[in-house]
Amino acid sequence: MIANLPDSPVLRRSLALAPALIIIGVFMLIPMVVMAIFSFLEAKSFGGVVWNFSGSAYIQLLYERMLDDSLRLSPGYLIIIARSFLLAFVAMVCCLIVGFPVAYFISRQPIQHRNMWVLLITIPFWTNQLVRTFAWIIILGRNGVIEAPFRFAGLLGADETLGLMYSDFAITVGLTYTFIPLMVLPIYASLEKLDFSLVEAAADLYSSRWEAFSKVIIPLAKPGIIAGCLLVFIPSLGAFIQPDLLGGGKKLMLGTLVQFQFSTARNWPFGSAIAMILLAFVMLFLILYARAARNAKAMDLH
Amino acid sequence: MTNKATSVSPLHPDPVSRPIEEAGPARTAVELDRVGKIYGHGTTAVEALHEISFDIRDNEFFTLLGPSGCGKTTLLRTLAGFEHVTRGVIRLFGQDIVDVPTHKRPVNTVFQHYSLFPHMTVADNVAYGLRRLKKPADEIRGTVDEMLRLVKMERFADRLPAQLSGGQQQRVALARALAPSPKVLLLDEPLSALDLKLRQAMRQELKQIQARTGITFIFVTHDQDEALSMSDRIAVMSEGHLQQVGTPTEIYEHPVNRFVAGFVGDANFIEAEIASPIGAKVTCRTRGGLELQADATKASSGQRDAVLFLRPEKVRLTEPGAGTVNGTVRDIQYLGNSTLMEIDIGEPASVIVRQSGDVNQPACRPGDTVGVVLDPHALQVLAE
Repeated sequence: MIANLPDSPVLRRSLALAPALIIIGVFMLIPMVVMAIFSFLEAKSFGGVVWNFSGSAYIQLLYERMLDDSLRLSPGYLIIIARSFLLAFVAMVCCLIVGFPVAYFISRQPIQHRNMWVLLITIPFWTNQLVRTFAWIIILGRNGVIEAPFRFAGLLGADETLGLMYSDFAITVGLTYTFIPLMVLPIYASLEKLDFSLVEAAADLYSSRWEAFSKVIIPLAKPGIIAGCLLVFIPSLGAFIQPDLLGGGKKLMLGTLVQFQFSTARNWPFGSAIAMILLAFVMLFLILYARAARNAKAMDLH
Repeated sequence: MTNKATSVSPLHPDPVSRPIEEAGPARTAVELDRVGKIYGHGTTAVEALHEISFDIRDNEFFTLLGPSGCGKTTLLRTLAGFEHVTRGVIRLFGQDIVDVPTHKRPVNTVFQHYSLFPHMTVADNVAYGLRRLKKPADEIRGTVDEMLRLVKMERFADRLPAQLSGGQQQRVALARALAPSPKVLLLDEPLSALDLKLRQAMRQELKQIQARTGITFIFVTHDQDEALSMSDRIAVMSEGHLQQVGTPTEIYEHPVNRFVAGFVGDANFIEAEIASPIGAKVTCRTRGGLELQADATKASSGQRDAVLFLRPEKVRLTEPGAGTVNGTVRDIQYLGNSTLMEIDIGEPASVIVRQSGDVNQPACRPGDTVGVVLDPHALQVLAE
């Protein structure tokens, strides 16, 4: 097989790379280009696109077209974008608050037990997201696990509800729960490399526990924290299962909006435009991350 | 390396005139009173330290010496506060510190693998302890400069630890630990990761820094050369037990037992029984039937069996018949600055002789018969 390869090193290299290039091209680049093109076309009434160049999809994000064809600034979609950012950010912070102690705990376990703990963290991740999100409806919903005792104790009338479901709170809980392994694992990876004698050195040099934590552990876990935050924030920003099921379709986020444009509203260019905006934000964060990672590499942990 | 007379210590402006011994009895820096440490419990319990008691004087370069697993590092870690003692008392300048947490002990550590903070520059590493002590900024700057000059690293203040060699990292670790002016500096095998030449240079330098700063150094090592060359006093440990505390000369010339004699330097041991009343000198009869005179100052009064101890360099060779006993040369090892000879004198263990490159020694080859002089002053009865 290898012996039959052509002699030219350039040809040989491209042949070796071909499978990867084909997969990236066919399954990633082409769909993205299609989306980018669609976002600049006109919508057909019942889905599909009309091949006329138009920026109307992007205009629609900011403006509402009145009956007299004039444009009026409309904050509706901006509110959805803002809510997406807010909820994704809150979910990210929640993941960090819960995930960091978990990662620290695992990294301090005897080495032979650590893999078991990591496995326990990742098991839920292998279960279908939809199923796991539905579980939260049972917990948060009317007559759910949380409400039932209140109702039983007579604190909640038959028609009353705590209103946990179909709220920003429910979406945040769903996002936090879904993406927490993505926070724990990278933080664990950087804490596991941390030489614990550095913490001893900090204590030896008059650091209280808090100072040792804030001056030594946190800075050294920073690459993991940043990676974890990105890994949680980006999919949270585009999530659609959690806002759809736990927000009841009333609290739209970017992901739900895109899905809605393609399925119900049948406005493909507008859906594509929102997806492009989302993509632009993601790229922005990744560039910032790459910069941070390059700076972190300079201090290289041996 | 540095000439003491010309270098002016920043901490003590005139190091030369500083008396080596303060007037009156030296203060006690560290006092260990029956310190014990047990890991685990029940049947799996391991006793790491057993009833360790000794004093370390202020200003002293004190070394804890022993093979790995002897408890010397555990002892150092209890002084730093990383480990709690199971029993006993540790006093630092008279104050019981057993329950004082690490970050409140006026003691700093130089770690075996340096443990510099990788995300901080050299200057920030050195300033770390001072910042936690809330020293004013200009004082911190001054001390950091002073410390970096002391360890000759002032040109590297803005580097990150990863950009330094092992020896340089070692110097920064030393500066970082010295910067807060601890009452006692703990050094956990700080030279073990360096190569031989660097290690030898650092020995001198450490010793000089100790003399200049006047801080009590407690140095842990398994290297007997290091211990002998640097220390004011040495504590030899084995299996969690303290074996002997003394000056390098005492430890080397007059070890109290077979372990110390064998661990600190090379030693010949001749098993014998005591054949005369024990006085300053004693006559012993060896297994091979030799009658030998030996120094008995370390012997206990009721002792019957004795281990006679003799350093290889204290054995002299002479013409056959002219020595204490005749022996046959078994093996010769040429080491450059000296020659090791293994000589069979009819005892269960043969005698090792170290000859420095002396041209007047009779040249011999394996199989030759030589006279062996066993000097009764150098031959010592070890305590049981």
